[in-house]
Amino acid sequence: MAGQREYFYRRLHSLLGVVPIGIFLVQHLVVNHFAVYGEESFNTAAGFMGNLPFVLLLEIFIIYLPILYHAILGVYIALTANYSLKNYGYFRNWMFALQRITGLITLVFIAWHVWETRVQIGLGNAEVEYSLMEGILSSPFMLWFYLIGVISTVFHFANGLWSFCVSWGITQSQKSQRVLTYVTVFVFLAVSYLGVRTIIQFAFGV
Amino acid sequence: MAEQSTITFIITRQNDPNSDPYEETFNIPYRKNMNVISGLMEIQKNPVNANGEKTTPVMWDMNCLEEVCGACSMVINGTARQSCAALVDTLEQPIRLEPMSTFPVVRDLIVDRERMFDALKQVKAWIPIDGTHDLGPGPRMPEKKRQWAYELSKCMTCGVCLEACPNVNDKSNFIGPAAISQARLFNAHPTGEMNASDRLEGLMDEGGISGCGNSQNCVQVCPKGIPLTTSIAAMNRATNIQAFKNFFGSDNAH
Ligand code: HEM
Ligand code: SF4
Ligand code: FES
Repeated sequence: MAGQREYFYRRLHSLLGVVPIGIFLVQHLVVNHFAVYGEESFNTAAGFMGNLPFVLLLEIFIIYLPILYHAILGVYIALTANYSLKNYGYFRNWMFALQRITGLITLVFIAWHVWETRVQIGLGNAEVEYSLMEGILSSPFMLWFYLIGVISTVFHFANGLWSFCVSWGITQSQKSQRVLTYVTVFVFLAVSYLGVRTIIQFAFGV
Repeated sequence: MAEQSTITFIITRQNDPNSDPYEETFNIPYRKNMNVISGLMEIQKNPVNANGEKTTPVMWDMNCLEEVCGACSMVINGTARQSCAALVDTLEQPIRLEPMSTFPVVRDLIVDRERMFDALKQVKAWIPIDGTHDLGPGPRMPEKKRQWAYELSKCMTCGVCLEACPNVNDKSNFIGPAAISQARLFNAHPTGEMNASDRLEGLMDEGGISGCGNSQNCVQVCPKGIPLTTSIAAMNRATNIQAFKNFFGSDNAH
């Protein structure tokens, strides 16, 4: 049984990527999208999330600890693979490499994003408000950083859903795996739209 | 009339398991319908490199010469495959031969595939039928199941899928796709099924199935067309169910 610790750790890693982290990601982008309906809407929606009871406990157990675990093991997994796109340039091998590269980009993005928003709010230097993001995204560098960060995170999530379904043995046949590829491409496009649309709203007010 | 009278091989050689690899180039006379092994045989007959220097003959492994034993795998122009089935006419010149990098080199193009046999032991890829008395004929297998199980049984432990797998390397202890598919084969067998959990436990052990990251290179390169990724997904499902049975308890956890 002791020998099965690795199996358990890897399955936990896979599960956490979807529940709760993936669900949180989609929820986060949906709530932020309220910005498109106006400053008022965004502040109400974000205020509702920020005023949930036990919000710090919820954050720690649904967001911080799962992401920390997933990220640490994720970096280890990413660094213990060989990348062989030159000789084996198949579609899934590309997705394999991109899953790991976007994981690393996502890590940098999330760390900076949390520092700049949640930590500053916690320290009392900022408020959960429309103007916070408006300020951050007024810099062209930050705009690109957020665009790349969000798209990379969403790619990682969508392609992660695909491999999640294989890791858990849900999609076994070649056909179901192929159909799931189309479904996850759709998830990638749809969730990316949410994120990018919100960024455009904050950056350009349209 | 051959358009070219010689062909060129650039071979990565190594004198023994501990020495450094080096490249040596050979020009050999072209014949029609040559495969890589017949080229190597030419070099063996006349071990003179492209500089005209006499050298040691290049060593390689082979047995069946018809793509069923798996012994002759090597990396040919960047991709791992069987040298007996690699026709010179279909290859780009110069032909580069290297030993498979996933395995320790014994000499030149000969590698030691022992880790694959260790992996088969880890997942108990056999059917234990020896007992103190005659067990009689085993149960029959449904024909439809036999058909797909037969495909899995074609594995020749050639190692090409391990070589192509980004997660089989010296930084990880992943056993690779071949043994996972073999566990599925023996679990599909009506007698083998009686020890199904032993194989699943092997897959859940260190270096087991969780090392798979779904690059799916294996299924692209397998010379036998074995549906390795279907096997991996099937064994993911089976090991997960087994893990739940083990934890919560089940009378069907055998
Ligand atoms: C918003 C943040 C994140 C989400 C929603 C997320 C989601 C996922 C999902 C759903 C999977 C698929 C699990 C599977 O293959 O079974 C996955 C895999 C992976 N994640 Fe993340 N992840 C996030 C952040 C990160 C970070 C920061 C890293 C750090 C590098 C990372 C590295 C990885 C790696 C390497 C895999 C592949 C694991 C494997 O194939 O076994 N992820 N992620
Ligand atoms: S599964 Fe295919 S590629 Fe892998 S060892 Fe068996 S025959 Fe070779
Ligand atoms: S010699 Fe047997 S597969 Fe090539």
